[in-house]
Amino acid sequence: MHAFKYHRPSSVDAAAALVKGEAKILAGGQSLIQAMKLRLASPSDIIDLGTIKDLAGIKSDGKSVTIGAMARHAEVAHSADVKKAIPALAALAGMIGDRQVRAMGTCGGSIANNDPAADYPAAVLALNATITTNKGKHEADKFFKGLFDTALKAGEIITSVTFQAPKRAAYVKFKNPASRFAIVGVFVADFGGSVRVAVTGAGPGVFRQADMEKALTAKFAPESVASIKVKQDGLNSDLHASAEYRAHLVTVMARRAVEAALK
Amino acid sequence: MAVKVSLKVNGKPVSAEVEERTLLVTVIREHLRLTGTHVGCDTAQCGACTVSMNGKAVKSCSFLAMQAEGADVMTIEGVAKPDGTLHPMQAAFKEHHGLQCGFCTPGMVMNAIDFAKSHPNPSESEIREALEGNLCRCTGYHNIVKAIGAGARAMAAGK
Amino acid sequence: MGAPLIGARVERKEDYRFLTGAGQYTDDVELPRQSYAAFVRSPHAHAVVKKINSAKAKNSPGFIAIYTGEDFAAAKLGGLPCGWLITDVNGQPMKEPPHPCLAQGKVRYVGDQVAIVIAETSEQARDAAELVEVDYEVLPAVVDGSKARAKGAPQLHDIAPDNTCYVWAIGDKAATDAAFAKAAHVTRLDLINNRLIPNAMEPRVANGSYSRADDSYTLYVASQNPHVERLLMTAFVMGLPEHKVRVVAGDVGGGFGSKIYLYAEDVAVTWASRQVNRPVKWTSDRSEAFLTDAHGRDHHTVAELAMDKEGHFLGMRVKTTANVGAYLSTFASCVPTILYATLLAGQYRTPAIHCEVTAVFTNTTPVDAYRGAGRPEATYVVERLVETAAREMKLDPAEIRRRNFITAFPYQTPVALMYDIGDYNATMDAVQKLADVSGFSKRKEQSAKNGKLRGLGYAAYIEACGIAPSAVAGALGARAGLFEAGEVRVHPTGSVTVFTGSHSHGQGHETTFAQVVADRLGMPIENVDIVHGDTSKILFGMGTYGSRSIAVGGTAIVKALDKVIAKGKKIAAHLMEAAEADVVYDRGVYSVAGTDKKKMFGEVAFAAYVPHNYPHDKLEPGLNENAFYDPSNFTFPAGSYVCEVEVDPETGAVKVEKFSAVDDFGNIINPMIVEGQVHGGLTQGIGQALTEGCQYDATGQLTTGSFMDYCIPRATDVPFYQVDTRVTACTHNPLGVKGCGEAGAIGAPAALMNAITDALGVKDMPMPATPQAVWTALKNKK
Repeated sequence: MHAFKYHRPSSVDAAAALVKGEAKILAGGQSLIQAMKLRLASPSDIIDLGTIKDLAGIKSDGKSVTIGAMARHAEVAHSADVKKAIPALAALAGMIGDRQVRAMGTCGGSIANNDPAADYPAAVLALNATITTNKGKHEADKFFKGLFDTALKAGEIITSVTFQAPKRAAYVKFKNPASRFAIVGVFVADFGGSVRVAVTGAGPGVFRQADMEKALTAKFAPESVASIKVKQDGLNSDLHASAEYRAHLVTVMARRAVEAALK
Repeated sequence: MAVKVSLKVNGKPVSAEVEERTLLVTVIREHLRLTGTHVGCDTAQCGACTVSMNGKAVKSCSFLAMQAEGADVMTIEGVAKPDGTLHPMQAAFKEHHGLQCGFCTPGMVMNAIDFAKSHPNPSESEIREALEGNLCRCTGYHNIVKAIGAGARAMAAGK
Repeated sequence: MGAPLIGARVERKEDYRFLTGAGQYTDDVELPRQSYAAFVRSPHAHAVVKKINSAKAKNSPGFIAIYTGEDFAAAKLGGLPCGWLITDVNGQPMKEPPHPCLAQGKVRYVGDQVAIVIAETSEQARDAAELVEVDYEVLPAVVDGSKARAKGAPQLHDIAPDNTCYVWAIGDKAATDAAFAKAAHVTRLDLINNRLIPNAMEPRVANGSYSRADDSYTLYVASQNPHVERLLMTAFVMGLPEHKVRVVAGDVGGGFGSKIYLYAEDVAVTWASRQVNRPVKWTSDRSEAFLTDAHGRDHHTVAELAMDKEGHFLGMRVKTTANVGAYLSTFASCVPTILYATLLAGQYRTPAIHCEVTAVFTNTTPVDAYRGAGRPEATYVVERLVETAAREMKLDPAEIRRRNFITAFPYQTPVALMYDIGDYNATMDAVQKLADVSGFSKRKEQSAKNGKLRGLGYAAYIEACGIAPSAVAGALGARAGLFEAGEVRVHPTGSVTVFTGSHSHGQGHETTFAQVVADRLGMPIENVDIVHGDTSKILFGMGTYGSRSIAVGGTAIVKALDKVIAKGKKIAAHLMEAAEADVVYDRGVYSVAGTDKKKMFGEVAFAAYVPHNYPHDKLEPGLNENAFYDPSNFTFPAGSYVCEVEVDPETGAVKVEKFSAVDDFGNIINPMIVEGQVHGGLTQGIGQALTEGCQYDATGQLTTGSFMDYCIPRATDVPFYQVDTRVTACTHNPLGVKGCGEAGAIGAPAALMNAITDALGVKDMPMPATPQAVWTALKNKK
């Protein structure tokens, strides 16, 4: 990797003050460090959030779960509070990468990075999460801006994410056999009266599937989505999966997610 | 620019003057000369670099040495008893022929020990899933899966 | 004397060091005043190198030196040689284009070496290498072997028109055509044997150093055959005498073929170490490994099988295009010919076979032997054909095989090989039981109830191992002998060090060979150490590949042991005041027949080194013998595999539900190690069939250049295997052994693809059967 200047601020404000030019915020580092090793990312400065105390932790009030930006995937996966309030979220966290990656990777890092095949963005969107930063709050629907882009401004750092607890939910993903990222991942959340369906991996960024949400709101059952054909326009096409195949998988994964949510 | 990183490795406090871009695995291998921790890929998939940090298995090629400041790290060299007696997980790998070329082995063992702490009697599928982050090209995993099951049970039995 | 060690499941002697982090892999070797190298590599598949500007690199922190192709040419370093000459159908030698260590005017694949940059640290070497400015004139590229000879295709080498290395053939064409003319049925398949990237877990490493004191070089290198590496590097590239070069390959983290070859980096660091007068180490990262380790397979084949109306095979006709990549790697030329077409008889009495192979150059990474090397390609052709023929003839796939199995030995095939022994019905019987083939239809019904498609496939493979009788290999074009060497050094107090030219990089020779020696000498295995991988310690060696170690290397040790025991007998006779003819030896004990006189081996060894009471008039003191062994034939491991898969038709995902393998490896020294070799081989075969597909785009960029895109199997991709063996002992080596290292990788792809095509009800589909490919095949079927 290229040389850079390393910073270890003790507060979010101090971290934000260091952001300038080609500086990068370092959370768990499970994506950023890889990119730097391959010399695909060459930040001038690394601002390590690892020792900022108030970014960790998981809180639940039954109606929602708030996850600190630096909470590791493994903590979320194993959290009794999360398992109780939103078991699908705990399950999703337990599916990210592998167990060593989950011990380091963070919720905030994953969401800020917005990899189009990452898992967390699907949960954020489907569970209508609120992203809290040092500068304010973002609604899930306005947060993700496409490939590796979010509504975060320069110097804006995620401090926590609050997920709404649904009546029932499930996340099902079809993994890229090599990378284990999602070729298609579908998060279905039934809030009783409204259903949100978020799809990751299939497109250039996570998105909601309106036809499925409508059908599932009318009736939360597998057959409601089983025959919904997803348009392949705008979906990703790569050596692992064509847009056509991905479109097909969205329907299959959505149906399986509904089945899982009903179990 | 050189910076100083201090941590505990295999129970001993150590520090090293390193470039800021230095990975934890580089400190372990090149500065401390603990060469049992290996590097097998550059995309955080093979798991040959797995060490225990603050009691959790992590990939030491996937973060900076500076991120490990103050951490308690254990490498494969710190696993056996001081008299050389193998840890039950190491012994299980030997007994079940869970290694061939040995290159992935330290990472496998470090991950397996961490996994076994929360899975005293793991099923085959739990073990296979726990190995998502460790690649082996020699064994076909067959004997590794057997070894981890046996090792976990031996650990639980306090052997 | 304990229980016999031969045939016992002895835990491995090497494990303790690997399990405690005490292994010494090449990257673990750090020499005083170590410097580090990085290579400037071509980002283009085909380009003219117009200018190299290293001014910025030279100002980079820690920079020590840069060398380019010009420097190598000025130093008169040769190109990398090819070790096997293939003579084409017209009696002409194959085209052997120069294979420079560093580009001479042109680069021919992405990753081709352009310059070596040396610096104080490896990161600084990379920093500096990045600053080297190379001005390329990009040329059009050809990557697909089947398009390499097309009119207007970009030409790689001036001396190889139409990108053709050779067109070669074997077998009786007229007899084969005649067989097809009288056939009741012909089965035809158009097969692609996918290109694979070996990916041993330890990337390649080379650390060269030069000693001014005695004008000698030492190269530490992750290699499967250090002596061959030294021979090729000294005699063919650097023009150095062998006694001035030491090559050390200590612990090596897997090879699978990819570490057989002499690579440019090995030469570059060795040569550069003298220029900078410091040791120079290069450690490949995984991304470089993907680009530069020799790839495997990449055949396009049209194959036909002619049968009579009962399904007896009459003839086989095969035409293969083999993509050898941009240059000829060390053994590239013999893989798609000698190691491939000679195996097309399989386990069957096919009376007439003809095979034509065209080897072509493309703008891709050189292709060479990868686990199985030619034999998986042959097995894939034969076993996909046979299974398809059974389906077309409405015969049970096991039955069609049984109808055609060779049952009388020795058997001369129509493609040069003479099988010494085998029992193919025995392995087939055993695997059918092991796999519970009779219960398959019930399992298929159950799968169907769950909305899944279940399929079953066979493969009955054969391989030629124990490579090789040197005279035969030489007649076929080998430019080296293929014997092996061993030395048994008995120490005065009776412990033994054994030196072998075989090289272990996971195979467990330190245990298997020690079992043989300890068993023969009647001593605890702890008293025997096996040393390999260092040209300064071992008399000579041809290395490990082609499942040859126990059959050839093991036999060399046995021959040396025989000499030790024979000399010991003379000593014992003297000590016991008996005639040598009356002394009998059995596992560590010399005794005089019909008396209670005996001497333990240890006593005899002691007498050899403390020769106070010794037959000095007849014998030299000491007990240290070596032997070279050149086999009289190949060995022919064979077996039957059954694979059972379940396909999720909604996603195309394939799950390997069961994999049963029954192999005949001849006698087995350590069943535990043999099973491990089978497990590993099967998994690489499953990888080839299910997950591993090396892909280039049209411009020659490798699009599967990391583990993010190239999938080697993980633990969740494979099941527990069911493995067993049947034994027909090899007839021409003293241990009766055949070799086991490659079998799994040879038999598995065909068994798996036979199972998948059975599940899907399609005639064929290409490997790897990724979920998308399977889903597409099902969709196209509808």
